[in-house]
Amino acid sequence: MSKVRVLVGTKKGAFILTSDGKRQNWEVNGPHFAGWEMYHLKGSPVAPNRIYASQTSGWFGQMIQRSDDGGKTWETPGGEPTPTPGELPKGESNKFVYKGEVGTHKWYDGTQHPWEFKRIWHLEPSLTDPNTVFAGAEDAALFTTTDGGKTWQELPGLRRAKGHLWQPGAGGMCLHTILLDPSNANRIFIAISAAGAFRTDDGGKTWKPVNQGLKSPYELPDPDAEVGHCVHRIAMNPSRPGVLFMQKHWDVMRSDNAGDSWQEVSGNLPSDFGFPIDVHAHEPETIYVVPIKSDSEHFPPDGKLRVYRSRTGGNEWEALTKGLPQKDCYVNVLRDAMAVDSLESCGVYFGTTGGQVYASADSGDTWNAIVRDLPAVLSVEVQTLP
Amino acid sequence: MIRVVLPFHLRTLARVDGEVQLEAGSPVTLGSVLDALEARYPVLRGTIRDHVTLRRRPFVRFFASKEDLSFEPPETKLPDAVATGDEPFLIVGAMAGG
Repeated sequence: MSKVRVLVGTKKGAFILTSDGKRQNWEVNGPHFAGWEMYHLKGSPVAPNRIYASQTSGWFGQMIQRSDDGGKTWETPGGEPTPTPGELPKGESNKFVYKGEVGTHKWYDGTQHPWEFKRIWHLEPSLTDPNTVFAGAEDAALFTTTDGGKTWQELPGLRRAKGHLWQPGAGGMCLHTILLDPSNANRIFIAISAAGAFRTDDGGKTWKPVNQGLKSPYELPDPDAEVGHCVHRIAMNPSRPGVLFMQKHWDVMRSDNAGDSWQEVSGNLPSDFGFPIDVHAHEPETIYVVPIKSDSEHFPPDGKLRVYRSRTGGNEWEALTKGLPQKDCYVNVLRDAMAVDSLESCGVYFGTTGGQVYASADSGDTWNAIVRDLPAVLSVEVQTLP
Repeated sequence: MIRVVLPFHLRTLARVDGEVQLEAGSPVTLGSVLDALEARYPVLRGTIRDHVTLRRRPFVRFFASKEDLSFEPPETKLPDAVATGDEPFLIVGAMAGG
């Protein structure tokens, strides 16, 4: 029988939740890296026991951890003690250095400000090679490793896509979404908070903004600007990589041409503000969002935690409430904290800033908290294992 | 032999218990101790000082013989009591406030 492994990053450590294919009984393992902010963990699609984790701290900076046994044990790639006294260490697994001239972006006061590395928000392992991973950084940039995380290099072409005009929002100028096109190894989509969505069609050498159709009348002086939109999350179903769904600061959007243009599909949502968005594993027109009241009040409308599902690719939405708190609930669900499994009956998972991880084994019809009272959840990923 | 006390999270990262003991050459300076520490435990590179600039991370502090050496240059000699191992060199995570 298949198994499911849920990788949970929190403000104070990582947790690994496992269950069989029924997804009723869960084993909770953790905290791993107790006390550290674990922004994201994700397994390799081609070697599922290879898991990468972004471990970060305001005091001690960034670490990259790697497991080759499904999260039982971890190592910092290349960070082991040197075998010979006096020999220089080879590994630089936490060395993220912008390539070439550092350059500047727009700062809060309108001046230009140099890029400064702060942390890795998101790790996206290659679809074909367990040693290749992409990493989304704050300040926004895309890094990659081809040696299992020992060394990282920036793909600097991204920052040439009008990077001088990017300006951090209150949450920082982070590259938080990386989508690899399974049908085209040269195509990657990324999204940056308060800068927008970008696409490369040549493996990361050159990038272009793909924000046409986004409108930000309350955030930007030009609502239709080419860059500057606060994209919160983009999702795709791998079977249709040209169709993208986006949760923007306000507005839920869709693109049917790989981001060349976007249309709003917020429809009857009670609020079109939110952070995560995801797509059903087997129904590419079934999508999920978690509406949040507003940009000023980051909690569900009316104190009711509701996932909204559209089975029409947007516009028509239904509230999913069974098993979710419907009174006095004021948690948030962050952008990287929702995922789906690929079992026959698609499982949907999300974590909250209140420390609950909710799971549905029936495409969202019913929900259960599979763990409660963790630290605030930053990210949730799911692995479906044989 | 220099005795170095690491903060909790760096002890965990380096997988050490208690103090770390290092040979740090002569004279024993702030920089030579950090060089020796990072050579022994490469995993600590970048966690105490920046990879490229070698500047101290903002919320890390260096204490020795009740003195704060955080703002001193790397060539600063450590006090004799630390250089001889009678007292430890402290690497400290700054107070978070609150």
